[in-house]
Amino acid sequence: MSVNIEDKLFLDRFHVNEEPHIRIVDNVKCMDKCEDQPCLYFCPANVYRLEKDHIVAAYEGCLECGSCRIGCPHLNIEWKFPVGGYGVSHRFG
Amino acid sequence: MQEEFDVAIVGAGPAGISASHILAGKGIKTIVFERGEYPGAKNISGGVLYGHDLAGIIPGFIEKGCPVERNIVESRLWYLSRDGGYSLSFMDNAFRDRLSFNAFTVGRAKFDRWFAEEAKKKGALVACGTVVTDLLRDADNRVIGVGTDRPDGNVQAKVVLLADGINSLLAAKTGFRSEPKPSDIALAVKEVIEISEDMINERFNVDPGQGTTIEIVGEITGGMDGIAVIYTNKKTLSLCIGANLSDFMKNKIKPYEMLEAFKAHPMVAPLIKGGQSKEYMAHWIAEGGYNAIPQLCGDGYLIAGDSAMLFNALHREGSNMAITSGRYAANAILEAFDKGDFSRNGLKGYSERLQSSYIMKDLKKYRRFNSFRLHHHELFTLFPKLSGFAAREMLTVDGVSKKDKQRAIWKKMKEEFSIFKMLRVVWGGIRSVK
Repeated sequence: MSVNIEDKLFLDRFHVNEEPHIRIVDNVKCMDKCEDQPCLYFCPANVYRLEKDHIVAAYEGCLECGSCRIGCPHLNIEWKFPVGGYGVSHRFG
Repeated sequence: MQEEFDVAIVGAGPAGISASHILAGKGIKTIVFERGEYPGAKNISGGVLYGHDLAGIIPGFIEKGCPVERNIVESRLWYLSRDGGYSLSFMDNAFRDRLSFNAFTVGRAKFDRWFAEEAKKKGALVACGTVVTDLLRDADNRVIGVGTDRPDGNVQAKVVLLADGINSLLAAKTGFRSEPKPSDIALAVKEVIEISEDMINERFNVDPGQGTTIEIVGEITGGMDGIAVIYTNKKTLSLCIGANLSDFMKNKIKPYEMLEAFKAHPMVAPLIKGGQSKEYMAHWIAEGGYNAIPQLCGDGYLIAGDSAMLFNALHREGSNMAITSGRYAANAILEAFDKGDFSRNGLKGYSERLQSSYIMKDLKKYRRFNSFRLHHHELFTLFPKLSGFAAREMLTVDGVSKKDKQRAIWKKMKEEFSIFKMLRVVWGGIRSVK
């Protein structure tokens, strides 16, 4: 089943900080060492996307679950909390 | 000059707010740091809260305006195959009157805000939009305050309570709790779907104000160790589905695609028909159980709620444990103030209270449950498929004798799974929760 994640993220309220709170430490590792690249699948906000020869992190729609931080097989993702007050804000929760 | 408090609490969720409510009520100078723009902004639960634990903090919480969605009078369990499934449900009138608000649904953005307002009335200070980035320590490595992401954001405190949730960067950074293993965590997504209040009453067969919970296991999680729920709110439904993170890493299943497939399941689709999606969220659930609980206090600090991994996966209890662990932490902190001793020894009343309470007793009882499920993926694949097949066969009237049908069912079962193995799963399951 193909689902447009943008439609889902559109429901949420985000205060996007200019400063990203996610950084892929070494993209070479993603491309050369990481066969499965599970971040492309398990991230519930589809933050991680494969572009031609590297993986980008669209941190703006991050739902802040933290899964990438411990789920990256090479622990190659640096994930911090967005600065206080930024990021997703639940209206219902 | 740094500001000084008696107690600094990290996180304005149920654990942190419960503790602040008690401490501030006893005249202890208490500050709560919340990284969201308001309490609840970052928080999610399936949505069920328990009156017993909440009344331990705020007796008469209903009269005080607790934003309840629905009082739960009926609990259903579903075991689903791809095309249908089994449903078992229990309703009791006692949950309407004598036991009302035993369990009820809330939206955490509203509830946590209300709860924090109650703590503020007692005198607690709640500082939102502030991330606690580190802990301050003295030369002997005792915790003496917190560092925040605000300019000049250090705050000194005699005791720090870590109540910053399951996704606690602070716990990992300071070593108080190691980063969870993927197998100790379930990743769940949640969607809030609005239909009308009347339609919920009709579709779930409940009176206004009363509600139903549905806990769902089966083929819906794509073979992964997981669970889904449907909870009734006033005019919305909460749909959650999740699975163990280690399974997600292996299976290449996208959580939001699993959610959409769940919404399209023949037993789910009629309940949400015509509804409008309002919010989409993701969160971790602590599944490590008893074995994943860290050391609960040390010199100058304590850990409560989800950050201490206090969650009962079998009974979907977590926020109640957060509230009560926050209360115990506050009681222990009060003792420490009486003694003037904020060392691990001075705070040990916290661990003692937890150990002798239902929290540790329950988590200990179910300590094998997580690994049992992770070792038996057939619970989410073959078993729901076969049990669905068996029921469908027995219910199909086609001129075949019941004895022949039974024989065909047994044959198919034995083809796919040995009786010995099946008995082992049943025995293992009983052992993991007995």
